[in-house]
Amino acid sequence: MCATCGCDADGKVTLHEPGHHHDHIDHHKKVVDVEKDVLHENNLLAERNRGYFEAKNILALNLVSSPGSGKTTLLERTLTDLKGELDFAVIEGDQQTTNDADRIHATGTKVVQINTGKGCHLDSHMVMHALQGMKPKQNSVLFIENVGNLVCPAMFDLGEKERVVIISVTEGDDKPLKYPDMFHSSTLCIINKTDLLPYVPFDIKKVKANAKKINHQLHIIEVSCTSGEGLELWYDWLKTKVLASETV
Amino acid sequence: MHELSIVMSIVDIAQQQAEKEQASIIDEIEIDIGCLSSIEMNAFEFAWKQGVKETILEKAEKKINRIKGRAKCLDCENFFPLENLYDACPVCGEHFLDIIEGKELRVKSLVVS
Repeated sequence: MCATCGCDADGKVTLHEPGHHHDHIDHHKKVVDVEKDVLHENNLLAERNRGYFEAKNILALNLVSSPGSGKTTLLERTLTDLKGELDFAVIEGDQQTTNDADRIHATGTKVVQINTGKGCHLDSHMVMHALQGMKPKQNSVLFIENVGNLVCPAMFDLGEKERVVIISVTEGDDKPLKYPDMFHSSTLCIINKTDLLPYVPFDIKKVKANAKKINHQLHIIEVSCTSGEGLELWYDWLKTKVLASETV
Repeated sequence: MHELSIVMSIVDIAQQQAEKEQASIIDEIEIDIGCLSSIEMNAFEFAWKQGVKETILEKAEKKINRIKGRAKCLDCENFFPLENLYDACPVCGEHFLDIIEGKELRVKSLVVS
């Protein structure tokens, strides 16, 4: 039935149009209720990836940050230090080059590079295809290093278990306030390059307070990949998450 | 510039719905975009102009409903408008919030013919 005038129009959809004037011959326009999330397709594929990870007991982590915060260096350290303790696989996302994948490959870890071309983020579809190619091992940890960008990747669920945002002390301590979406959607924040703290005007208390304003549940770990300080805390966090997924 | 991906997803949804309804023209599209949804409206408008070219949405009239942010304070249970993700509860000053509205990003309806 037409919602505007109550006439009996054909079909299951409601008919009405702007400037509706009860001329039933003009009833060729239909209003279709869609109510569909714009990211529906991405979210469906993300859930599919998530199902794959759960079935194979893979801990998938989406690493996000601005360019140059040290994501790849953190991975290199982690893959080297925990070699033999945990099985790893890595998906690298960059606009161009295989530089990061080459660095990961040098540690002896299985890696796939996704080049997004002009794209500013990874999406679940790209990750799905990367997974088909790499087939990560059962009970492994999969790091997905997103494109260095603190804005766009925030909206795109890849099917990860946890999202880890990395910020370095050479950035501003107001970064969580300037780019709130990423801090809001992450569960762990790693503050990197703490060995440089004596040389930069970065207030670590302030950045933590700012991050907590955005996301009160955010867990924060301070590390330096150069000196190794704090890395134990990150490794403990990782191992706890691996244990937790094994016992589910 | 993720707004272009968003516009392309909207085009896909519109195209699928039009096919389902066996319609060849979309006259109007109504979209809900929450104020806390990570969409920069200027970028969205720019991406829209480029993204809908030679698609079923090229001539469609676009109606956007901006949905304001609203949160519940988990500490004092006060409901209040949330403009920024870092805003504190105006009653108790805490940041323990649950966002209730403002993250929407959905195609609400179409007018097809």
